Amino acid sequence: MADVSSATRGDLRLTRITKTYGDFTAVNDLSLTIPEGSFFALLGPSGCGKTTTLRMIAGLEEPTVGSIHLGSTDITTKRPYQRPINTVFQNYALFPHLTIFENIAFGLRRRGIKDVDADVNKVLELVELPHLAQRKPTQLSGGQQQRIALARAIVNRPALLLLDEPLGALDLKLRRQMQIELKWIQREVGLTFVHVTHDQEEAMTMADTIAVMNEGEIEQMGSPADLYDNPETAFVANFLGQSNLIKGRIEGSDGDNLVVDLFGQKIAMPKKRSHAVDNSIYAGIRPEKFRISLVGTPTRGNILTGGRIEDVSYIGVSTQYQVLMPWGQELMVFEQNDDGVAPFDKGDEVVISWEPNFTFALRGDEDAEAGTEVIPEDLDEE
Amino acid sequence: MSAPAKQKDASIPTIPLNARISRWFGRNLISIYAVFGFTYLFIPVAYTFAFSFNDSGKSNLVWKGFTLDNWKNPCGAPEVCEALGNSIKIGLLATIFSTILGTMIAFAIGRYAFKGRSSSNLLIFLPMATPEIVLGASLLSLFLVFHINPGFWPTVIAHVMFCISFVVVTVKARIASLDPRLEQAAMDLYANELETFRKVTLPLVAPGIAGAALLAFSLSFDDFIITNFNSGTLKTFPEFVYTSAARGIPAQANVIGSAMFFLALIIVIAGQFVGKKVKVAK
Repeated sequence: MADVSSATRGDLRLTRITKTYGDFTAVNDLSLTIPEGSFFALLGPSGCGKTTTLRMIAGLEEPTVGSIHLGSTDITTKRPYQRPINTVFQNYALFPHLTIFENIAFGLRRRGIKDVDADVNKVLELVELPHLAQRKPTQLSGGQQQRIALARAIVNRPALLLLDEPLGALDLKLRRQMQIELKWIQREVGLTFVHVTHDQEEAMTMADTIAVMNEGEIEQMGSPADLYDNPETAFVANFLGQSNLIKGRIEGSDGDNLVVDLFGQKIAMPKKRSHAVDNSIYAGIRPEKFRISLVGTPTRGNILTGGRIEDVSYIGVSTQYQVLMPWGQELMVFEQNDDGVAPFDKGDEVVISWEPNFTFALRGDEDAEAGTEVIPEDLDEE
Repeated sequence: MSAPAKQKDASIPTIPLNARISRWFGRNLISIYAVFGFTYLFIPVAYTFAFSFNDSGKSNLVWKGFTLDNWKNPCGAPEVCEALGNSIKIGLLATIFSTILGTMIAFAIGRYAFKGRSSSNLLIFLPMATPEIVLGASLLSLFLVFHINPGFWPTVIAHVMFCISFVVVTVKARIASLDPRLEQAAMDLYANELETFRKVTLPLVAPGIAGAALLAFSLSFDDFIITNFNSGTLKTFPEFVYTSAARGIPAQANVIGSAMFFLALIIVIAGQFVGKKVKVAK
């Protein structure tokens, strides 16, 4: 379909990109390689620079410093229409004066392709809306507009498809459905997708690789499982799901494990999951990795004693507990309601245990609250 | 509220008459006000229309009987159609030039950041706020300084000048409501700057430009004061009506006036109809 030369196919490389607006640095010395054919997510809170990064890739902004390469071609200063890159805009930006058919054919016609019918109809089939071809965008629901915006972009077979919060305006149920469909379409067409979102669940559901951005820089990049199980910073630990971060000290090592002292209680954790620089650490454990048992019942793995249940919230599939520890910290515990045992009660004296492998360690000088209090995203900002 | 009052049920207290009257007024005040308002607005129009059927002879001030002659022969009175032709010619030329120039200014001010943008924005309003009599007089002296004799083209230039501000304001409002992401999307879809303007920007701003053109035409067609200073021996329709007022306005002037009114009305209704069709389609 597309007559994009092979020189502009391949991996996308951002090299030491900085973008400043006056005194404000939106993106700071960012380097990133997005492999061809992958589903890549840029995840971060509002104002972290992810949309600015996307706009620089699209050509709608020019980097203050740095270069952008697609394959072997330098596209840093190319105009948007000179790049084999298409965007699905946040609010779809469908042309209100054109029919759905003409919206989708727009890119093909601009590239001088005369016979657009076959391509347009094929992509309308792909998004399952062939019957809407002659409607105007305002006659479509939000979910339909979203699909047409996607169809309008992928019909051009771009080397790179950019998605700017594409599901932000949809309700939760439709969003879930579209997440699965987008993933399916990406496999079907085999294009590189770069997806910008502030929704960690959306990023985890869809992307092969996630780059977590914060204040114009990449905090950590990796597969969803990597980021979740082995976060390197408190921001990542807190922004992707929830974490219990307990102040501790590394006391020594035992084979592949470190021995860590948490307020006088010794635990073990794998060395390869420690991102500490000295002995002072935060030990991190995800709430669903904890097990709760009443004092006196047998336990295994790492054990922390002296807990008392402060709060119980029954959520159906699981029960959420707040457990007050002797050092004054409340730990969060999610227990699956799958063992037929009645939930514990407020005030119960309990022991917390978990598998040592599930522990990760962050630098002890981090802000343990980083990434927890993220301001709710205003979609029209940035 | 009249229903409970009609019931003879003792348990429901009847509302005193004066309270009911004041309630009725409270609920219908806006309607009453609207009736008075529209009456006030349309009595002169109705009068003009009615007297276009007057079998008037020379002076069309008193009713002398019904006739269709005036409508059958609107050019019957001397000079009336020549004046009308002048007004239409001047109006069309002024509309074309002021719409093109004004639209360009509106894009410059509405879309681009440049030094002096906010002062240009302010200066554009100035001709709208300046008394017409002052504008007309100073334009005349300006033309005379440059040894240009008053007549057709000076009048066109004068009309373009005062229409531009209105065009700028109207088109700028439309541009302001245009989502810049649509143009970004066009560029993203391989349209260069010119194609983006032709295929996306212009079609979306077009209703605003059309509105501005209609406004410019009606302003130009209607203008008397500035025209009177700069038209010399040429006579436009408003000038014709003004000068004939001394010896009696012919009923043909009423015919043309009424026709213009109904033409405008048809345009507005057609516009509403098209707008409604689009909305229903939504």
